[in-house]
Amino acid sequence: MISPVAENINFNVQSGELVALVGTNGVGKSTLLRTLSGIQPKLSGEILLHNTLLSSYKSNQLAKSLSIVLTEGIPTKNLSVLEVIALGRQPYTNWIGSLSSKDIDVVKTILNDTGLNELQDKKCYQLSDGQFQRVMIARALAQDTSLILLDEPTTHLDIYHKAYVLKMLKNIVKTTTRSIVFSTHEIGLALQLCDKIVILQKEKSIFGTPEELIKQEVFSDLFGSDLISFDPQTASFKIN
Amino acid sequence: MNTTKSYYPSLLILGVFLIVSFVVNLSLGSVSIPAKEVIYALLDRPVADESWRYIIVNYRLPKSLTAILVGSGLSLSGLLMQTLFRNPLAGPFVLGISSGASLGVALLIMGTSIFGGVIGFGLGYSAGTIIAATVGSFLVLSAIMIVASAVKDTMTLLIIGLMFGSITSSVVSVLSYFTQKEQLQQYIFWSFGSLGNLSWNQLLLLCVFVVLGVLIAIYCIKPLNALLLGEHYAFSLGINVKRSRYLIIISTSLLAGSITAFAGPIAFIGLAVPHLSRQLFPTQNHKIMIPATVCFGAMIMLLCDTVAQLPGSTLTLPINAITSLVGAPVIIWLLVRKRKMIF
Repeated sequence: MISPVAENINFNVQSGELVALVGTNGVGKSTLLRTLSGIQPKLSGEILLHNTLLSSYKSNQLAKSLSIVLTEGIPTKNLSVLEVIALGRQPYTNWIGSLSSKDIDVVKTILNDTGLNELQDKKCYQLSDGQFQRVMIARALAQDTSLILLDEPTTHLDIYHKAYVLKMLKNIVKTTTRSIVFSTHEIGLALQLCDKIVILQKEKSIFGTPEELIKQEVFSDLFGSDLISFDPQTASFKIN
Repeated sequence: MNTTKSYYPSLLILGVFLIVSFVVNLSLGSVSIPAKEVIYALLDRPVADESWRYIIVNYRLPKSLTAILVGSGLSLSGLLMQTLFRNPLAGPFVLGISSGASLGVALLIMGTSIFGGVIGFGLGYSAGTIIAATVGSFLVLSAIMIVASAVKDTMTLLIIGLMFGSITSSVVSVLSYFTQKEQLQQYIFWSFGSLGNLSWNQLLLLCVFVVLGVLIAIYCIKPLNALLLGEHYAFSLGINVKRSRYLIIISTSLLAGSITAFAGPIAFIGLAVPHLSRQLFPTQNHKIMIPATVCFGAMIMLLCDTVAQLPGSTLTLPINAITSLVGAPVIIWLLVRKRKMIF
């Protein structure tokens, strides 16, 4: 019998929204994202994508509607930036994976939009963590899906690149109709940038806009209050 | 922009080298035959010495074709296993195919002396070993396929394959311990591998298996490329990971299984050639890697065979010794330059 790590999770994402998923270590953020993406079967409940049950999607149809960026790296870093991004076009290519002129256009546009043009022939092992994260996001964009799920996209990055990646995500939802859900420990940055936040807890998750959540004072006892406390004025955590 | 096209000229050059090695392989041996005469003999034109035609058509041509099938098949299955298991040290035999074949042949050759039976030898030595090797690798592989359906994780499968390999090789050790020296020698000779024992009919059969394996691999190019990003990303790209895993294993089994049955357990080629191809073609796209590995594998095997013939002498070295002599330094070189290891 598999026992659930977190229960009573209920939230919805509209198109063009940036939603952060926060919670303590081990509360099941990655598990939730894997379940939402269909990698892992759900234990109970319903997952709807465009008002259709996730389980009723065919694999190729799902690949055109939902893309992911995982915390784990890729097994072979001997792929060029271009190759990785072009692999995002797989749901649209023929049986042998040939890129059509449309695929090539899409990849070119994404290279421009993400500022990866100059890096396109670099191998992934030559990139910094921040650059590699951008490549993986660009790959998800190439999949041209309405929903992108990212598992801790800012881990291992310095504060500048954390902000850079989050700004990039914000830009994506602003300029396209895509929706993005990402898990993060950067609650401070998430409060400033996100449209909605899901606070994942074992018993019941809380969902709302940053303002609502600050008003409800949910952050004050999100972590053990013996060490840190939340300051609603500055929307940040302080060490006691 | 289309990254695959830029590799076509290199592939063409590799193809030319392959043809050259083929002709060189045919012309060198205990009797040296000029390349021009080799080509005449192949084209059915008159040759200076009719005995040359006999040597080429009945002896060297089947052996060279076997070398091509063995080299390309093993290299391709090595590539498939390295991609599937995301491991640069995987080879065609990580799933226990060669250990299964060894067990079958060991039981046939040494089991008869221990248990006093007369299995197989009525069929003639060569056909008996082929059948024994086939049955052995098929049984071990079936066991692994059953396990594969139970485990989700590909890495677990790799470990289980290696465990099966250990079990079978220890059974072979026990058999060797109790067997008589003539049978032991016979078994050891089989384990050296051989390219020259195949009749035209057997060659045709091997060809059918290898072509089938290559076709399945080509059909899997798209999932193989997706798997370069890992299984989760492959799934999110719409790939049926489980089905692709089965197809890749089936292709490898057809290739490595039939080759081991017909030519014995040829070492190292399957592990080393994909790495060599990556040095020459700095891409991971299987659309390029599959033809490159197939050509490279065939070429290396032809060269190994040419060396093993010790041109100008009547002596022939065991092919397995030569492939390892080529393969082992490659692995060492790869480990030494690990800082920039291309995988």
